[in-house]
Amino acid sequence: MQNKKSENLKEQVLRMSGVNPSKCMRCGKCSGTCPSYDEMEYHPHQFVYMVENGDIETLMKSDSVYKCLSCFACVDRCPRGVEPAKLVEALRLCVIRQKGKNHMTADDIPAVLDDEMPQQALVSAMRKYSK
Amino acid sequence: MQRIGVFVCHCGTNIAGTVDVKAVAEALKNEPGVVFSTDYQYMCSQSGQNMIKEAVAEHRLTGIVVCSCSPRMHEATFRKTAQAAGLNPYMVEIANIREQCSWVHKDMPIGTEKAVILAKAAVAKVNLNAPLTPGESPVTKRALVIGGGIAGIQTALDIADAGFPVDIVETKPTIGGKMAQLDKTFPTLDCAACILTPKMVDVAQNEKIRIFSYSEVTDVKGFVGNFDVTIKRKARYVKEDVCTGCGLCTEKCPQKNVPNEFNLGMDNRRAIYIPFAQAVPKVATIDPNYCTMLKTGKCGVCSKVCTAGAIDYSAKDEYIEERYGAIVAATGFNPISMEKFDEFAYSQSKDVITSLELERLMNAAGPTGGTLLRPSDGEHPHTIVFVQCVGSRCAACEQKGKEYCSKICCMYTAKHAMLIRDKYPDTDVYVFYIDVRTPGKNFDEFYRRAVEEYGVHYIKGMVGKVSPEGGKLKVQASDLIYGKQLHIDADLVVLAAAIEPDKSARGLATMLTASMDTNDFFTEAHPKLRPVESPTAGVFLSGTCQGPKDIPETVAQAGAAASKVIGLLAKDKLLGNPCVAHSDEMMCNGCSTCEKVCPYGAITYQDKEFRMPDRTTKVRRIAVVNEAVCQGCGACTVACMSGAMDLRGFSSKQIMAEVDAICK
Repeated sequence: MQNKKSENLKEQVLRMSGVNPSKCMRCGKCSGTCPSYDEMEYHPHQFVYMVENGDIETLMKSDSVYKCLSCFACVDRCPRGVEPAKLVEALRLCVIRQKGKNHMTADDIPAVLDDEMPQQALVSAMRKYSK
Repeated sequence: MQRIGVFVCHCGTNIAGTVDVKAVAEALKNEPGVVFSTDYQYMCSQSGQNMIKEAVAEHRLTGIVVCSCSPRMHEATFRKTAQAAGLNPYMVEIANIREQCSWVHKDMPIGTEKAVILAKAAVAKVNLNAPLTPGESPVTKRALVIGGGIAGIQTALDIADAGFPVDIVETKPTIGGKMAQLDKTFPTLDCAACILTPKMVDVAQNEKIRIFSYSEVTDVKGFVGNFDVTIKRKARYVKEDVCTGCGLCTEKCPQKNVPNEFNLGMDNRRAIYIPFAQAVPKVATIDPNYCTMLKTGKCGVCSKVCTAGAIDYSAKDEYIEERYGAIVAATGFNPISMEKFDEFAYSQSKDVITSLELERLMNAAGPTGGTLLRPSDGEHPHTIVFVQCVGSRCAACEQKGKEYCSKICCMYTAKHAMLIRDKYPDTDVYVFYIDVRTPGKNFDEFYRRAVEEYGVHYIKGMVGKVSPEGGKLKVQASDLIYGKQLHIDADLVVLAAAIEPDKSARGLATMLTASMDTNDFFTEAHPKLRPVESPTAGVFLSGTCQGPKDIPETVAQAGAAASKVIGLLAKDKLLGNPCVAHSDEMMCNGCSTCEKVCPYGAITYQDKEFRMPDRTTKVRRIAVVNEAVCQGCGACTVACMSGAMDLRGFSSKQIMAEVDAICK
């Protein structure tokens, strides 16, 4: 049984993402597609499954939400239109909306910038608004 | 005044669960014309029907209202009951208090109120009902089968076996369909050609069967028992009755670079061709898109080498008209286009192929003579990846895939994997699956044999991406049970493409006025109880045009469709529908509006002499309905401006009485 808090969190994630995880048929194409798979503790198909089961806090605590590149390959290729990347984004927002729970401050950013990897937010914005 | 009996059915709890059936029976007691009203658990049962018969005798009933399920379900049942009780069967009306009431409402008072209203409307109608007698129409004892695949072949053979003539119309130059392209068949692994081609020969030799190959149905008129069908015989530029099928022309034709559609474009044929060695009819066909003679007037090689003199460059499309008693749709399927599945690199690499292409690559009569070779470089593939459900069970995008399960892919993939491991044991075979669906006799055992005896690697997961790199195909996939992302360097990737109904089906359905579902599969008259009949009388369904099916199921359905056709053709006369339009000649002003709206061509006009009040005669133009052709759609009754046209059994008066009863 899910407790009240995790139920509220689940509802919040579903509302923010607009995703219906019960559409998932567990084919695993999202995880077969994901370029960040090996970086993640929880993989795209697990995000969908865990959100469906209300296990939101575990995901919020995991670094996996920041490993998603927001490339939206999983959104594009999911045969059921589940859109796992939107769940990941909603989970990131869940963390940010908690007071003082920013993943990092602006001062931390220069130290983690990677020359080869485009910045997540930039990539995400371009993917989302180019359509 | 009628003496009406009202019978309210519980349908177990189907109706009684949401509708207070006793209250409905009670409320109807005081309606005008009602002399008896009762309820019973199952009106359609033997005892329920007996109850109606007894009530007819006891209360001298002249009309019956049954409050029950949809008239599509049991109207015929209760009409028979009424007839057995000595009433005219058209004195029965059904109030649908199940589909339109108990099944759509959750609240008992609302459901009950609506049930009472529907029943009152039916009573109001019966008060105006008159006995009707159906007309008779003859049955043309010849059947048409559209499509010459295994479904059409089996249906035609079974109908011919019962002694009725059958015509097969096939759009390709030969019959045989998809099954002729297959290599082996699951779960017994017998060769498709070995079991199909004898049937094709049977068709060709059967005196009762005519094959119109390279032909299309272009028009259908008429109705059950009497369909008038126009068939277009496309010009094949070879006289069918003269060509001996020696094949010399197909060897000498200088136009060598025509993609061979029988091998799915993986090799070339000539501009004059016989699709495959066992083609029926074994007659050459000239492809007008590639023939130099037809395009430029300069060549004529085939005509010179043909010793039989069968070539005729001046041939034109011909149209023939035939009359049939029954029509069977057996238009079959095609794999969907892989264009939208760019993640699997189908358009980027020749080594990414569909399962049907693999069938040709493994077939002894295929482009590689049965040796499995990579299409790109002709090398033996050593690592092969199969991807299941490509486009099947895909609800994300209508343009991309199909929401349904294509049903046959799990089994043919197991077959492919098994055959490859058997013939080339040094090959690694991976099958990525979402679910393995193997319901069917000896099907799961077959799949398990692929895993346990042939060492095929079945992986629960899905391929996300295929990228051609350095002569290999880099396959990135998930293994959900292992919890790993896999990277496989494959030599060949085989996609189990979803299947969809043939594109010709939609146009055909329009011609036949047969209904289709959103996926363009033909709809059956009842999904469980009438699975091989279309809701349109006289139109039957055979094979995958009705839904995805494997060969055993297709053959079973083909036989079932044939038995339904035989049942129809065995009758000498058909009872028509008496609920047809008729025109009051005194009111008709001859405006021709009804003639124009009639979709069946049932209305004609004639000049008739009328005696006028002043004892003169006057010739007036009036509408006449051919009752055998009229389907009772009612379009003319709405269009008629003078109110002369009316529908028996559904007269304007009756319908207004129903509306009044509902609005009261």
